[in-house]
Amino acid sequence: MATGKVEGMTRDKIDFVLAGVGGQGTILASDILVEVGLEAGYDVKKSEVHGMAQRGGGVESQVRWGSKIHSATVEKGRVDYLIGFEMLETARWIEYLKPGGDIVVNRYRIPPPPVNMGVARYPEESEIQELLLTRAGRLEWVDATGIARELGNAALAGVVLLGRLASHLDIEDAVWLGVIERLVPPRFVDLNREAFRRGTESAD
Amino acid sequence: MKKLLSGNEAIGYGAYAAGVGYAVGYPGTPSTEILQSYSTYPGVHAEWAPNEKVALDVATGISYAGERTFCTMKHVGLNVAADSLFSIAFTGVRGGLVVAVADDPGMHSSQNEQDTRNYGKFARLPVVEPGDSAEGAEFMGAALELSEQFKMPVILRSVTRLSHSRSPLEVLDELKPIHPGHETIKYERNPPQQIPLPMNARRMHREVEQKLIDVAAWAETCGLNRIEPGSSKLGIVASGIAYQYAREVFPDATFLKLGLVHPLPRDLFFKLDGMVERIVVVEELDPIFEHHIRLLGIKASGKDIFPLCGEFSTELVRERAVAAGLIQAEEIAVRSAAPVVINGLDAVAGDGSVPEPLDPAALPARPPMLCPGCAHRPIFYVLQRLRALVFGDIGCYTLGAAPPLNATHTCGAMGAGIGVLHGVDMVGVKDRTVAVIGDSTFFHSGLSPLVNIAYNKGVSTVIVLDNRITAMTGHQPNPGTGRTMEGVETPEVRIEDVARAFGFAKVDTLDPYDLEEVRRVLKDHIDSPEPSVVVARYPCVLNTRERYAPPSVDLEACNMCGTCLNIGCAPIINRGDHVEIDHLLCSGCDYCVSVCPRDAIVSARRDGGEE
Repeated sequence: MATGKVEGMTRDKIDFVLAGVGGQGTILASDILVEVGLEAGYDVKKSEVHGMAQRGGGVESQVRWGSKIHSATVEKGRVDYLIGFEMLETARWIEYLKPGGDIVVNRYRIPPPPVNMGVARYPEESEIQELLLTRAGRLEWVDATGIARELGNAALAGVVLLGRLASHLDIEDAVWLGVIERLVPPRFVDLNREAFRRGTESAD
Repeated sequence: MKKLLSGNEAIGYGAYAAGVGYAVGYPGTPSTEILQSYSTYPGVHAEWAPNEKVALDVATGISYAGERTFCTMKHVGLNVAADSLFSIAFTGVRGGLVVAVADDPGMHSSQNEQDTRNYGKFARLPVVEPGDSAEGAEFMGAALELSEQFKMPVILRSVTRLSHSRSPLEVLDELKPIHPGHETIKYERNPPQQIPLPMNARRMHREVEQKLIDVAAWAETCGLNRIEPGSSKLGIVASGIAYQYAREVFPDATFLKLGLVHPLPRDLFFKLDGMVERIVVVEELDPIFEHHIRLLGIKASGKDIFPLCGEFSTELVRERAVAAGLIQAEEIAVRSAAPVVINGLDAVAGDGSVPEPLDPAALPARPPMLCPGCAHRPIFYVLQRLRALVFGDIGCYTLGAAPPLNATHTCGAMGAGIGVLHGVDMVGVKDRTVAVIGDSTFFHSGLSPLVNIAYNKGVSTVIVLDNRITAMTGHQPNPGTGRTMEGVETPEVRIEDVARAFGFAKVDTLDPYDLEEVRRVLKDHIDSPEPSVVVARYPCVLNTRERYAPPSVDLEACNMCGTCLNIGCAPIINRGDHVEIDHLLCSGCDYCVSVCPRDAIVSARRDGGEE
C-alpha cells in the first residue's frame, strides 16, 4: 500500500466528487478515476451508494487520492474537483467544493420529477453558473453529451469529462488510456479512447 | 498483487481465501455483493435462499457437516434469521460459520437503522467489524478461525460505507479451485449437543456464558483489537468505518481500535485509561462501547458529543468535536483569485445580473422513482385511479408510494402487507383494500400470510407483482426465475399454482401493459367477496434489457392535459406547452401511448409489434 510520497505524486491529497443521474455512467467514470490514482502511486478510496438510486435518481461517487486515505467519503468544503454530469446535480454538490476548487460540468439538463410535475422550476443556466461561482476557482463547461452523441453513444459523456479533468492532473494520458482499456468491454475500447481524447481537447 | 475491491467484494474474497467451499444468503442492500463476489471464485458453491432464516439454517447444516461456511444478509434480514441464530448460539457449530451482516446507518435503502452489534450481546456470540477492504478479507478469515476455535457462530458486521467503498488490498496472484472434502466428509452424530431440549439447553446456556468469558479474555491479545499510541491528552475508542472518520479528525490522538466488538476486552480499556487524560468514544448508532466502559468504572464521553441517530461522516465528527472543544476549528481557506470561467456565460459573480445565488438546499429534489418501462407502474396507476387502499411491501414497488402515483398506503417488514390486509379486512373496512407484493418478497415471506387468508376464510385480494427476478438488489434469481444463482436451469414456480394449492378459487393472471384488462380484472377482484389472487406478470425490463424506439409526441394533438405526467415516468419531460420524451432514458414501453386521452403520443413500433 502506498503510504509515502511517490514519484509523480504532486499533492498530498486530491478529493473528487462525481455527480449525475442514474444511467449516465458516473459509476464507470469513478471506477476509472480511482484506478488511475492507484496506478499513479497514491493510496486511494472510493465511495458510492447504490440501492434506491435506480435509473432516474441522483447518483454520486466520491474518489480520494492521497499519501494515506482513511475515510472513503469526502468532507464538505474540502473537495478539489467537482465533476458534474448534469447541471442541477452539479449545483447540488457545490458546498462540498473547497473555495477555489475546480469544476468540470457537462452542459446537460435532465429535469427531475418535481419539475416535470410542475411543482418546481429547473434553474436557468445563469443561476447555476452563479451558484457554482460562489466557490469555484475555475469553472469549465463542456458539451460532453453532445460530443458523446457525435461519437454515437450518449453514455460516453463520462469519459469525455474525464478527458477534460485529465488535462488538469499531472498524470500521463497513457495511464488513463491503460485503465480505460482494462475497465471497458473490448468492443467499446476504441470508442472510449476517442471520447477521452475529445475531452482533453474540448477546452481548446 | 494489489487490487481495488469494494468492502463486500473483499469479504467474499476473504471467505474464498480462507477455504470456504459453500455459502448461502438472501440479497439485501448493502450486503448483496458479498455472496455475488464469492460465487465468482473457482471451486465454490453459492446459493440464494428464499429468505435469511433458510440461508442460516442451510449454513448450519454445512457447518454441522464439518465444512467452513458463511451466510449473508442485510441488518433487517438478521431479524428474520434471529430464531435460528439464537438456537445455534446454544448448540454451537463444527465447521466455521460466519454470518456476514451489512447495516445501513443513514437508511440509504432500508426501512430502519439498527446496530447489529447488539445481536452479539443478545444472542451470545462474537462480532467482528472491519474498517476497510483489506480488513474485510482479513477479518472474514479471522472470524472463521474464531468460530472453529470456540465452536460458536460469529457475526461479521459491515455498514453501507464499508460495503460500497473501494480500497486496495493484496490478493493472491493465482486463484486455485477450492476442494471441499467430499470424499472424507463424515457427519458426526451428536444429539446432546445439537438438540436444545431443556435438559441439554440448561447445560448449553452455562457453556455459552463460559465461552463468552473465554473469548473476552482472548480479546485482550487477539490482534483484532489494538492500541495505537499518540497524544496523552485524548484517547479515542472506535471501530469499523467510524474509526476512519475519527482518524481524520484526531490525527494525533491515542486510539483503541476495536476489531472484535463483542465480547469486549477489559484490560485494554484500563490500559488506555492509564495512557490518556480523557476518553471519547466515536461509535455510529448505539452506545455499546460507551456503556461497556462506564460499567468498568472508567469515565468516557460518547453520545453526549456524537449523535445516536443517522450516519456519521468526517465532517459530522469534526463539527461535533469542535463544538465539544476536543479540537480547534480550522480556518476556512479563502479563494485567492477571481474565478475563471471557460465556455460559460458572460455573467460572472458580483456583476449584479443575478441578485442572490440560489440556495443549494432549495434546489428541486431528484427522488428515486420506478424505472422507465417498469411493469409495476401500470398496476399502481390503475390502483390510484380506482382509489384503492393499498397495503404495500418491500422492493422496487415500494416506490408506488412516491408522487405522482401516491398509490401505496402502508409498508412494513418483508411480507407484512398480506397479513396487515387480512387484519384490516377482518374488522370490515370497505375501502377497496388490496395487498401488493413482489415475487421475491412473496417467496421470502408471503407464503405464510397468503395461506392464512385461505385457511381463516378471509376475503382479501392479493396482487403479486411478478417480474421473475429480485430486481431491487440488482437482479438476483429467485424460485420464480427458472435458474439458480450459478445459472443452472431449475423449475419455475408458478405463483398461480401456489395460490390454488392454498385454496384460492379466484386466481387471474394479467399483462400489466393491457390498460383495459388491468382495469377490468382489478375492479372485479376488489368488488368480489371471495379471497383472490392476481398475478401481474412481466419480466423486469432492466433485467431482460427489453428496449424499443421511444414514442414521439404529436405537438398538434398534445394539449398539455398532464395525464402522461401523472404516471411518474422520468423520460416524460414537461416543456410548458407540450411534453417531450428523453430518448436516452426512455425504454419504449409505450405505456404513455396507452394512457394519453388524445392519442398525442405516437408509438414508434409498427402495428404494435416488435421492432
